[in-house]
Amino acid sequence: MTRSTEFLVNGSLRLALHTLTEGEGRPLLLLHGLGEQSPMSRPEWTSVWSGPVLALDFTGHGESDVPVSGGYTPEGLMSDVDAVLAERGPVTIVGRGFGAWVGLLVAGARTSLVHGVVLFDGSGAVGGGSQPPTPYVNVLPASGNTKPDPYALLELSRDPRPPDYALDYVRFILEDSEIENPIVVSARIRPEWLAAVAADIGVIELPLDQAIESFV
Amino acid sequence: MPSTDQTREFLGAKAPDRTGSIDSSGLRLALNEWGDPDAPVLAMVHGGFDFSRTFDVFAPMIAEAGWRVVAWDARGHGDSDHAHMYGWSADVRDHLAAIQSISSEPIVLLGHSKGGGQLLDLLDGRPSLAKAFVNLDGLPSQFSSPDVNDRERRRMRRADLASGLDRRRRRNELSRRPDTIEGLAERRQPMNPRLSREWLEYLVTVGARHDDEGWRWKIDPVLHLGGFGPWRPGWSLDHLAALEMPFLGVLSGVQDDPMGWKSRHGDIEPYLPPGGRLEYYDDIGHFLHIEQSRFIADLVLEFLEPLR
Repeated sequence: MTRSTEFLVNGSLRLALHTLTEGEGRPLLLLHGLGEQSPMSRPEWTSVWSGPVLALDFTGHGESDVPVSGGYTPEGLMSDVDAVLAERGPVTIVGRGFGAWVGLLVAGARTSLVHGVVLFDGSGAVGGGSQPPTPYVNVLPASGNTKPDPYALLELSRDPRPPDYALDYVRFILEDSEIENPIVVSARIRPEWLAAVAADIGVIELPLDQAIESFV
Repeated sequence: MPSTDQTREFLGAKAPDRTGSIDSSGLRLALNEWGDPDAPVLAMVHGGFDFSRTFDVFAPMIAEAGWRVVAWDARGHGDSDHAHMYGWSADVRDHLAAIQSISSEPIVLLGHSKGGGQLLDLLDGRPSLAKAFVNLDGLPSQFSSPDVNDRERRRMRRADLASGLDRRRRRNELSRRPDTIEGLAERRQPMNPRLSREWLEYLVTVGARHDDEGWRWKIDPVLHLGGFGPWRPGWSLDHLAALEMPFLGVLSGVQDDPMGWKSRHGDIEPYLPPGGRLEYYDDIGHFLHIEQSRFIADLVLEFLEPLR
């Protein structure tokens, strides 16, 4: 099917939420990587999912609005996903790269509304690394409606992602989850935070299609 | 009995001589200035939940000594635009935009609390912006972090996360609660327990907006204390050690003040840049420049004298 798009209100901005496949039951929500946008159609690797398949364009990406003067943080973009949760209720998340990082954070912050998260390869998985990167401060011209927003690319490729910070969110999920393995790592490229998550005793590793199938 | 008078005066407080604005990639930041426009520039950066008019006593003291004092409101604070997104690095970038709009030459920078911490980040990456740096109780240290176990720390982080997301869900419905001048001052007092009620009432009249329902702080209601993500206080010490310009740090030693990082002299001293100077006062609270404005202004002016 051709994807359909609705716009969610997020403060003064609009977020584009695409329906890639209609269906009954809990949706699978796809979160794209840094600088990417949602796919135009359902990816083959979601074929095991019988329910609806949704995809969100993060703020400053795809068909979502661009804010004035950046200010992007992964924690701030959790509210993008939270807007979907408020509208659609519980989902299972598959995050690519940067979307995997935000997926983990929001799964830890909204444990009753995220029924499993799959962490997969994609753009922006590393961020700024485990420690703050070399200071680099620069002012960019006002970008208007340029997408992906240059400030998103700048700020979300430099945010520190310490492994112990990631493990806090793993604990939040594991302490609350009613399913046995709520976090599945399918990514092959693993920055330090993701290696730490994958090594946690409560986290399992599976190929992407099997990971999705584990939440059906 | 609350007063119906909508103005307040405070001894030594002086409204800015000039006002204006700065553009930070399309976001408007409000600017205030005191003193001779042709004098050497000293820029002041306020702390979290403050605004540039909190310098209304301190800035004129520096200006009277021959400086052009410039201060701006952070995004979402004071008279600056509210933003869709907030973050430490966005604030740091706004400071760069402000400084570059004020002068193409190195200037003296002074930051209080969070503003001082953010200038540490900025000056590590952009040392040529400053010919000297004064930091007023804005030196975070990992040694002074609250003594809480991992479980309690996670519980606090989780509660902060949930409340932050809830606020963002409701951001279009949020507004600051209206009150009288006296009521707003009373509500601010727990954050500023060592400052006089007279000062706090003055602050209301320059930092809040009056409408049919009363006075409301101008700060964006979506903002709340905390929310630094994975940020660690100790990361700031790396920036401090890297500085190369003349440096004066001033620490408050009052440990029961609810604001500030509570860093002690021994926490910071090993990280001072070469020639850096650190003063520690265990009888002045976190808002040193307001509580002891004359004393702190004289200290700053004495430090800056060789740079004139």
